[in-house]
Amino acid sequence: MTRQRKTLFDKIWDSHVVKSSEGYPDALYIDRHFIHEVTSPQAFDGLRKRNVKVFNPGRTTATADHNVPTIDQHLPIKEALSRHQVETLRKNCSAFGVDLYDLGHPYQGIVHIIGPELGLTLPGMTIVCGDSHTSTHGAFGNISFGIGTSEVEQVLATQCILQHRPKTMLIEINGKLSKGVVAKDIILYIISKLSASGATGYFVEYAGDAIRSLSMEARMTICNMSIEMGARGGLIAPDETTFKYIKGRRFAPQGETFDRLVEQWRQLKTDAGAQYDRVEKFDGTDIAPMITYGTNPGMGIKVTDRIPTVNELKDISEQTSFTKSLDYMGLEQGSAILGKPVDYVFIGSCTNARIEDLRLVASIVKGKKKASNVEVWVVPGSKQVENQAREEGLDKIFEAAGFHLRQPGCSACLGMNEDKIPAGKYCISTSNRNFEGRQGPKSRTFLASPLSAAAAAITGKVTDVRELSGMD
Amino acid sequence: MSKEKFTTLKSSAVPLPIENIDTDQIIPARFLKATTREGFGQNLFKDWRYNSDDTPKNDFVLNNSTYSGKILIGGKNFGCGSSREHAAWSIYDYGFRVVISSFFADIFKNNALNNALLPVQVSDNFLKKIFAAIEKNPSTPITVDLSQQKVTLEDGSSESFEINAYKKACLINGYDDIDYLLSLRDEIKHFELTH
Repeated sequence: MTRQRKTLFDKIWDSHVVKSSEGYPDALYIDRHFIHEVTSPQAFDGLRKRNVKVFNPGRTTATADHNVPTIDQHLPIKEALSRHQVETLRKNCSAFGVDLYDLGHPYQGIVHIIGPELGLTLPGMTIVCGDSHTSTHGAFGNISFGIGTSEVEQVLATQCILQHRPKTMLIEINGKLSKGVVAKDIILYIISKLSASGATGYFVEYAGDAIRSLSMEARMTICNMSIEMGARGGLIAPDETTFKYIKGRRFAPQGETFDRLVEQWRQLKTDAGAQYDRVEKFDGTDIAPMITYGTNPGMGIKVTDRIPTVNELKDISEQTSFTKSLDYMGLEQGSAILGKPVDYVFIGSCTNARIEDLRLVASIVKGKKKASNVEVWVVPGSKQVENQAREEGLDKIFEAAGFHLRQPGCSACLGMNEDKIPAGKYCISTSNRNFEGRQGPKSRTFLASPLSAAAAAITGKVTDVRELSGMD
Repeated sequence: MSKEKFTTLKSSAVPLPIENIDTDQIIPARFLKATTREGFGQNLFKDWRYNSDDTPKNDFVLNNSTYSGKILIGGKNFGCGSSREHAAWSIYDYGFRVVISSFFADIFKNNALNNALLPVQVSDNFLKKIFAAIEKNPSTPITVDLSQQKVTLEDGSSESFEINAYKKACLINGYDDIDYLLSLRDEIKHFELTH
C-alpha cells in the first residue's frame, strides 16, 4: 500500500509526536513557546511547587502586553495589580532564564506581533502560548494554538504538551477581492457563514487564490481569528511571500542555513489528494466590507446589509440569544447599520495593529479631520511597529487628523489596562471580539477592518469605506 | 501534583440557558490580574451577577436562592473565546464540580479537565430535558457518574457521555498531565537530540 497522502497539518503534527500511546493524547514537542504576564504566573508557581526547572529556556520568549498602559510607558505602571503582574513576570523570567522583552525594550509588543516580526515564528514549527489568538502564527505554515495555564506549565516543565489530534478542515477562497475589501473582511465573512462555533474541533487550512494574493501581515489577520469560529487554529502553506518576509529578521536563520531551510519549507504543503475531514469553499468576489452587529464574532454582515430579524435566523433555538444580544447592543432587528453613530474608534490588537494596518488607516485619514463626536485610539502592535510608523510619518498624519499614535499593548481589545470603552458607548474596533463587556463593562463593539474603522473616524458613524471620497 | 478526585456526584444544579457563554462573561479580563489560582469564584459571571455599584442583580440565577448545587448547566458552545484558564478556576472556586452543556469550546474543555472540573457534553434534547426538570423542581437531583460515563435525572432518564479514557483516569485518580509528561523526560530529551 502506498503511503497515506497527508495534509500539511498532519505532516507537521506527525513530525512533532514524541510519544503516542493507545488511550493517551499525543505528547507533542513544542518548538516555540510565547508567554505574557497574565497567563504565566500560576504556571511558574507550579514549577516551584514541583521543584522543576524550565526544560529548555531558549524555546520560551516572554513579553508584557495584556495589561500594560499605552501612554507613558517609561513611568511605573500606576495600577497596582497590573504592576505586580508585570513585576512577577520579570522575576519569573529572571529566575528561570527566559528571555523577556519588557516595557521599553525595542522588541516589546503584543506577543503575536513580535514573534513573527522577530523571526521567531517559522514554517513547520509547533507554537503555543497562553492566549487563544496564538493561531496568528499559523500564517507561516505551522501548527500554532492557544493553551491554558496548566498547559503553559506543561510546556515550561517538559517542552511538550498533551493534545488530542483535532480534525482538519480546508477553507478555500477563490476570486478577486473587490475594492475596499481587506483580510479582516475575509475572515469576518467566513465566520459569519460558519458561526462562532462552526469550526470547533477542527484545525483549519486556508487556501485558494484569494489567500495566496495576501501579504504575510494580511494572512496573519486571517489566521488570528480562526479561534472566533471555534477552530483550534488556522494555517496557510508557506510560499515565496512567506520566505521573503522571514529573510533577514532578527532571530530568523541566516545565510546558508536559511537557504537550506527554505528548500525544506517548500515541501510544507498538503499532498495532492489528501483528505480533510471537512471542506468549505467561498467566493472571494462575494466578500464586501464587513461589520458585526451582535455580541459574538459570528454575528457579522456586509456593512450595506440590514441586521437580520429573529424570523430570518436559521436556527430558531438561537432566538433568545439573538434578542439578548441586540438588546445589549441597543440595535433594532431588521435595521440598517450604515449611518449608526459611533463614539470610539479603536485601531489595534493582535488582529490589526501591524504596520500595513496603520498604513491603511493613514491612507483614509490623510488630509482629513476626525469627526468631533469620536475619540480615536491608535495602538501599535509593537515597539517596532510604532517606530516604523513614526519613521514613515504616519504619526504626523494621525496628529493632523486629530488623534495620537499611542504605545504598544493589547489595550482596548480586552480593556485590562486603562483603555476601556465607557458603558453604553459604541466602538468600531479592529480587534477580534465583540463579547459583552469585552472592551469595558457595558461597552458595545462593532468589529471591522482598519479601513472601515478609519472611515468611521472621519465621518463619526458606520460608513461604507467605498463611498468615502479619496478612496482609491 | 495530585488534584481532587472525581468519581460520582449527585447534586441539584444551577441552570444558565444561554448559548455561546464566552470566557469574558465567566470571568471578565479586568479580574485576571491575580498571580495565584484561588479566589476567582467571587468574580464568576461578575457583570451578569452584579450591578456596576456591586449590588447583586436579583434576576441572575446565582443570586436566586431557589437554585444551588455543584452542577452548572449552560447552553451550547459553553466557554468559547479567550483561553483564560481563570474561567475554569472561577467556576471551580465558586463550588461547581461539573458543567453540563450540549457543546463545549475546545480550550475551555481542556482547561476544565486540567482542574478537576468535569465538562459533560449531552445531546440538545437531553439538555432541554435537564432545563425542563429544573424548571419543574429547582432542587431536582442530577447524578453524574464518571466511571459509568452517565448522567441520570430524578425520573430515571439518563444519557451517557464521552470522555477520553486517559482524562477519565486522571480525574478518578487525581493525576495531572505534568506527572505523566515528566515521566517522559528521557524520551523528550532523545527527541530533541534527534530532530
